[in-house]
Amino acid sequence: MVIKVLHHGLATTVQDLGRPGYFHLGIPVGGAMDRYAMRAANLLVGNDEGAAGLEAVFIGPKLEFTEDALVAVTGADMPAKVDGVAQPGWTAFKVKAGQTLTFDFLKSGARICIAISGGIDVPEALGSRSTYPIGALGGFKGRPLAAGDELPVGTGRLASEGKSVPEAMQRKPGMPAELRVLPGLYWHRVTEQSQENFFADEWKVANEADRMGYRFKGGRKLDFVEREQPFGAGSDPSNIVDSCYPYGSIQVPGGTEPIILHRDAVSGGGYFMVGTVISADMDLIGQLQPHTPTRFVKVTMEEALAARGERRTALARLREALA
Amino acid sequence: MTTRYSFGGDEHLFVECSEEMSLEAFFKSLSMARGVRDSGIRGVTEICPANASFQIKFDPDIIHPDDVLKEVKAIEGAAAKAEPVLKTRIVEIPVFYNDPWTHETLMRFRERHQDPTGTDLDYAARINGYGSVDDFVGAHSGSPWFVSMVGFVAGLPFMYQMVERQRQIQVPKYLRPRTDTPRLTVGHGGCFGCIYSVRGAGGYQMFGITPMPIFDPTQTTSYLRDFMVFFRPGDIVKFKPIDRDAYDQAVEDVDKGRFAPPIREVTFDLRDYQKDIDGTNAKLEGLLHGH
Repeated sequence: MVIKVLHHGLATTVQDLGRPGYFHLGIPVGGAMDRYAMRAANLLVGNDEGAAGLEAVFIGPKLEFTEDALVAVTGADMPAKVDGVAQPGWTAFKVKAGQTLTFDFLKSGARICIAISGGIDVPEALGSRSTYPIGALGGFKGRPLAAGDELPVGTGRLASEGKSVPEAMQRKPGMPAELRVLPGLYWHRVTEQSQENFFADEWKVANEADRMGYRFKGGRKLDFVEREQPFGAGSDPSNIVDSCYPYGSIQVPGGTEPIILHRDAVSGGGYFMVGTVISADMDLIGQLQPHTPTRFVKVTMEEALAARGERRTALARLREALA
Repeated sequence: MTTRYSFGGDEHLFVECSEEMSLEAFFKSLSMARGVRDSGIRGVTEICPANASFQIKFDPDIIHPDDVLKEVKAIEGAAAKAEPVLKTRIVEIPVFYNDPWTHETLMRFRERHQDPTGTDLDYAARINGYGSVDDFVGAHSGSPWFVSMVGFVAGLPFMYQMVERQRQIQVPKYLRPRTDTPRLTVGHGGCFGCIYSVRGAGGYQMFGITPMPIFDPTQTTSYLRDFMVFFRPGDIVKFKPIDRDAYDQAVEDVDKGRFAPPIREVTFDLRDYQKDIDGTNAKLEGLLHGH
């Protein structure tokens, strides 16, 4: 069947769990910013966790269904409505042929994941259906959705409506948000005082926050350890000889506003990095709205691995709960 | 060159072969990155070579980060002893310097530039000590370039000029990045040249444009049917200045599927190059043109 896009929302893209394997050529992994939410939405409607769904930021799309389907909306709190009737979040509900799915205003979080039984059936590009708009790759014609698009949807399995993710298993950022960071990479480039300030200060998400990266403002400027700049690095003390950027790495151009690279990251560049957000906290970043107060929390590798283990356990419980 | 290791969170190992850029550092990083690839360390999912460093992505559910570190360190010794010889290819890229499209763009963003009174080419020629833009273009297209990294965005090559350090073209990036750069712009920032594979933001000085697509997600361009990205680290590039007529002709050829960039297989030995840069470059160019 197809779903007719009546309105695209703000920026709604087809996403799955990403396209690993091409970062060495500058093509990022992409995929849902909030992986846990996308997995949950898919499981709720009887899809594989890696099926393609829609990710919408701040404003939901308006979608007309041409056949019956099961739908689940997870992630941010942005209530779904079927022909105007409110539906619960993190729960599978039915949309009948001819009905329209719309969304209320965003209450908390930033991004919703919309799973539809059968999954969005656009062709795979380099092994994934995720949209990489800069490269016009994947997704629906390589771009965010637009009004008038007709989205192909696969054939769903028989799954029952009403299945729900228990409240305790829905993950949301705290207030202030806390992001755990393993210092490293070019951490030694800033003074000890700046290293302390970075973790002591309260930062706020800036307006420049998207799938490529999240910028933060409000903390004290970082001071650099003096050195003669290496050949090829560029003259600013925050410059390095262009290197790869890890997902989650935090670069601070000019020492002023940290930027965390996310799923659609540029693969490298010439700015030094102070460290990397741990894998367990990457999903949370995608749910931060501009102006959200945020603290960076310093952790060790062992703490990062323990946190990763906790996320793995949480995912196993989710699968069990929705089996 | 001291190698420095650091973890990028719990999923990445960053290996810096040298703080400063040089062909030696590039060869060391490429050789180590290949060593890591060939050793097939379990749990390693991606290896990204960069100019003077590289990055490994791994799955810490499969291998402990300390074990990745141990195995990569063990490869460093062997990589250092490896012969600095690279089997690669040289490709000729036509460039329409001083073209109307980058010119329109650089005028639109003039207030973000160090020298709003001239063009990027005027500025780059002057600060690099060339008497005219023609002399500068002569230098830019006169020697080959090494693709020392592919990335930033899909398929974008960073290129390192194959001349003595004191002759290398160096320019600062724009004071504030542009929000627009024409697709296939030939740019330069710091000591690196680049070709913008897609249209978008950018901070490098703009010198010209090539008619030759280097990234094609539709894989319809004749030489990109097998894979959508043209460049690989280690490729050698030689620019060929062309005029408007030749540019238009090449664009038409690309559209009709009959554009074929001249490409030759070459073996590059860093030691020969270090002994005689101009001689090595002359040989490379000879190979390119079938001498």
